[in-house]
Amino acid sequence: MTPLDPPNPPLTRKDFTSDQEVRWCPGCGDYAILAAVQRMLPELGVRRENTVFISGIGCSSRFPYYMNTYGFHTIHGRAPAIATGLKLANPQLDVWLITGDGDGLSIGGNHLMHLLRRNLNLQIILFNNRIYGLTKGQYSPTSLLGKRSPSSPMGSVDNPIAPAAFALGCGARFVARGVDTDAKNLIATLTRAHEFQGTGFVEVFQNCPVFNDGAFDHFTAKDVAAQQQLHLEHGKPMRFGDDKGLRLRPGSLDIEVVTVGENGVTEADLLVHDETNRAQAFLLANLEPPAFPVAVGVLFRSDENLVPFEVGMHEQNKQARARGLGDINALMRKGHTWKVDGDPTGDQPG
Amino acid sequence: MDTFASTNSTSQRELIESVVIRFAGDSGDGMQLTGSQFSDTTALMGNDLSTLPDFPAEIRAPAGTTFGVSGFQVHFAAHDIMTPGDAPDVLVAMNPAALKVNLRDLKPGGLLVVNTGAFTAGNLKKAGYDKNPLEDSSLDGYRLLKIDITKHTLQSVESFGLGNKEAVRAKNMWTLGLMMWMFGRERESTAEWLRGKFAKNPNIAEANIAALNAGHVYGETAEMPQGIHAYEVPKARLQEGHYRNVTGNEATAWGLLTGGKLAGLELVLGSYPITPASTILHSLSNLRAYGITTFQAEDEIAAVCAAIGASYAGALGITTTSGPGLALKTEAIGLAVSTELPLVVVDVQRGGPSTGLPTKTEQSDLLFAVYGRNGDCPLVVLAASTPGDCFTMAVEAVRLATKYMTPVILLTDGFLANSAEPWKIPDINSFEPFPVKHRTEPAGFHPFLRDPQTLARNWAVPGTPGLEHRIGGLEKNYDSGNISYDPDNHHKMVKVRAAKIAGVGDDIPLQKIDQGDDSGDLLVVGWGSTYGAISSAVLGARKAGLKVSHAHIRYMHPMPKNLGEVLKRFKHVLVPEMNNGMLVKILRSDYLVDARGLNKIAGQPFKIAEIEAEIRGLLASA
Ligand SMILES: Cc1ncc(C[n+]2csc(CCOP(=O)(O)OP(=O)(O)O)c2C)c(N)n1
Ligand code: SF4
Ligand SMILES: [Mg+2]
Repeated sequence: MTPLDPPNPPLTRKDFTSDQEVRWCPGCGDYAILAAVQRMLPELGVRRENTVFISGIGCSSRFPYYMNTYGFHTIHGRAPAIATGLKLANPQLDVWLITGDGDGLSIGGNHLMHLLRRNLNLQIILFNNRIYGLTKGQYSPTSLLGKRSPSSPMGSVDNPIAPAAFALGCGARFVARGVDTDAKNLIATLTRAHEFQGTGFVEVFQNCPVFNDGAFDHFTAKDVAAQQQLHLEHGKPMRFGDDKGLRLRPGSLDIEVVTVGENGVTEADLLVHDETNRAQAFLLANLEPPAFPVAVGVLFRSDENLVPFEVGMHEQNKQARARGLGDINALMRKGHTWKVDGDPTGDQPG
Repeated sequence: MDTFASTNSTSQRELIESVVIRFAGDSGDGMQLTGSQFSDTTALMGNDLSTLPDFPAEIRAPAGTTFGVSGFQVHFAAHDIMTPGDAPDVLVAMNPAALKVNLRDLKPGGLLVVNTGAFTAGNLKKAGYDKNPLEDSSLDGYRLLKIDITKHTLQSVESFGLGNKEAVRAKNMWTLGLMMWMFGRERESTAEWLRGKFAKNPNIAEANIAALNAGHVYGETAEMPQGIHAYEVPKARLQEGHYRNVTGNEATAWGLLTGGKLAGLELVLGSYPITPASTILHSLSNLRAYGITTFQAEDEIAAVCAAIGASYAGALGITTTSGPGLALKTEAIGLAVSTELPLVVVDVQRGGPSTGLPTKTEQSDLLFAVYGRNGDCPLVVLAASTPGDCFTMAVEAVRLATKYMTPVILLTDGFLANSAEPWKIPDINSFEPFPVKHRTEPAGFHPFLRDPQTLARNWAVPGTPGLEHRIGGLEKNYDSGNISYDPDNHHKMVKVRAAKIAGVGDDIPLQKIDQGDDSGDLLVVGWGSTYGAISSAVLGARKAGLKVSHAHIRYMHPMPKNLGEVLKRFKHVLVPEMNNGMLVKILRSDYLVDARGLNKIAGQPFKIAEIEAEIRGLLASA
């Protein structure tokens, strides 16, 4: 993608805010994510007319209406497929795909899988509130076992999936996480996703105060965040809390939590985050409190170049059209043809 | 065979007007190739023709079984013809299973050519014969030509040093040579085609040509049984022009490209393989030089959604499928109706419900196409009536989709898809272009601003400065395009969407009478691939003095504005359809006429005689 010149004069947050009244419930985490994105876009220097938000259906999928850019609120689960067609038709567009845990992982899981493996050059923000918000609180594919909801009154026995692990399994090349209320880190992470040439997948832990309030409090609440979140930085040892860190349990492929300074453990024993290591990213994606911290930031970024799908397709188009657009009249006259002359009054073939 | 009154005395060939030949054999016997080579040559020699391939549902059914039989019927004539023929005059049976499956269709007294080399005890058993039918009297009602084609083929390719399997394979070419002798066809174009096909393996090409020639020589020299000899079918009087054979799926692919060119738009095809639509995907995937990007999606939903995404981006999205795929696409098609984006959906119908009869033809998606979506969800539905008409209607689909900002469903079917006819190749420069203009003017813009005449909304495309806007499947305010839950507004929007589609009725040709007088005792109304059979049946009935006419509908929704009035000029209306009564239901409900149905739901096209008998019966009892 040839980046367009940044807008001149530079845009502000207000320029990216549409005139539509935001209709999420008071206190919904979606507000914070919207604000973070509206603050970030001017910093990215992108143009409004070149920016497209595509969503499926769900509370989160209302997002495009609030952005003063191009936007398409599509149907449940299908945003990845619509975005694929959009990018095939115009690879220059800067596309953000907005989806929820139900939209992206339940009804649209198939499309999400294929988008990720095809590595289209766009960004995905998956709003994970571990619940179906819009339809009033049923459990979702990310709801924890035992979750009581209108459709699981006895508690869910439906084993959940970790979105980041799903994405890695699908062959995603950029997988990251953020927290709705942590604007600074969220903006930094989304910015990295935007820089990435390929699909940038970002799961955002989003609180739904109405149907799943506090689902992430055990690692996002102010008083525990530092102890329960591991902020990943490429090339830096995996440290969290006051003196905690992660290392490989000697002789195994498991991760364990250790305390630096105890039992002879030093910082040199800790795992050093390597964004480009997919196996390590899998381990990080599956860490769950209380035994482990939740890994946030960029879990994985592939350093192998894989041409994004739409770019590959356009390269082929160019090859096919190297000598200009084909002549349809000539095409239809190739192969076995014959001329009938001298009988203008004859029958039209049936 | 329709014979001329007198035979031509200067040659030993008997002059005949028309003939129907069916080649039948095991899937591995190459009958489709044999049939299509015979047809191509026949077209080159100036006959009119129509073909009907019949594939088994299994890709590689066990050899020798009845369900592995593959057939190819070709009807050719010295005059204009419209169908592949009701019943074969000649049946070529390459093995016992082919005989078993096809014999019941052969005309009494018809010519039966069998490869005795394949009538082994094992093959007879697999085909379910207790006794060898070649050795009892069960085939006495036919003119039987028994040849050990396998043995003759092996002899003819002996000098090429092929393995046994490769050598036996050439028997379809030997058979083709024999039939080319019998019907006076030239072999050059097949030889040329073989050289091209086996360019990397000239030895195989030459071996096949040797087999082809040997079959021909056999015909010339061998003593034929009583009543079997060579024929000649003179040229047909076709209209002046440049011709080729075309199948419906090829014509559809070229029509879509032509539509894109006339609209000045890049095309994006999203498709998921499904019989009998896949060959459109294959063709277009090969034609990226002609302004199309082709995308094999993960399923039909993704395919249509990608097409919609492409249309949103300002290209024209297309998706091609068959019944089960159309079922999956319905929700997304509703989105395109609601967001008023152009979209072309090609449905190559096949036997249903569910997986149904994948390789057989049917017309049973009509009601589904016209009505089968949630909500009041009108769109344009077109139907092609011949393989060549697939081209015209595909162009028309693109024109209407882009002019009215609407999905258009083009219905074809398995019969049209695979059958071929000589086609006068159109000059695309003779079509009126219909260039699309995306909106660029910001002043006064909102996304659902409508053209007062067509009611089409303006098409603003991402990338255009100043036109940033949001669309979606929620109801929108008529005046601003913003989300609206207002009751009166919703009522108005449903009416506007319906009026827009109804208005297409002013932009399509009036219904014509395809054959016969403007009024009379009976109007036979058809749609889709029944065109040829109805046309021939009406011709027959008219020759017998009956006051019958034929009208064929190509615009299924909305229908031509004068249709109601046309129907009312006839005492009776008969609607032959390859379904359980769909068009007849629409005509009865929309025009309050007492139309009657004639339904054939056998996975096979109508025979002319079936329709003609119904016409006679109806008028006799009326
Ligand atoms: C085809 C279809 N099925 C069901 C629905 C109803 N529906 C709308 S949103 C939704 C779940 C949304 O959950 P999620 O994606 O997690 O979004 P959230 O509301 O939590 O942000 C469902 C089931 C629909 N709109 N379309
Ligand atoms: S239901 Fe939950 S997710 Fe939806 S808007 Fe309300 S708080 Fe937000
Ligand atoms: Mg949710």
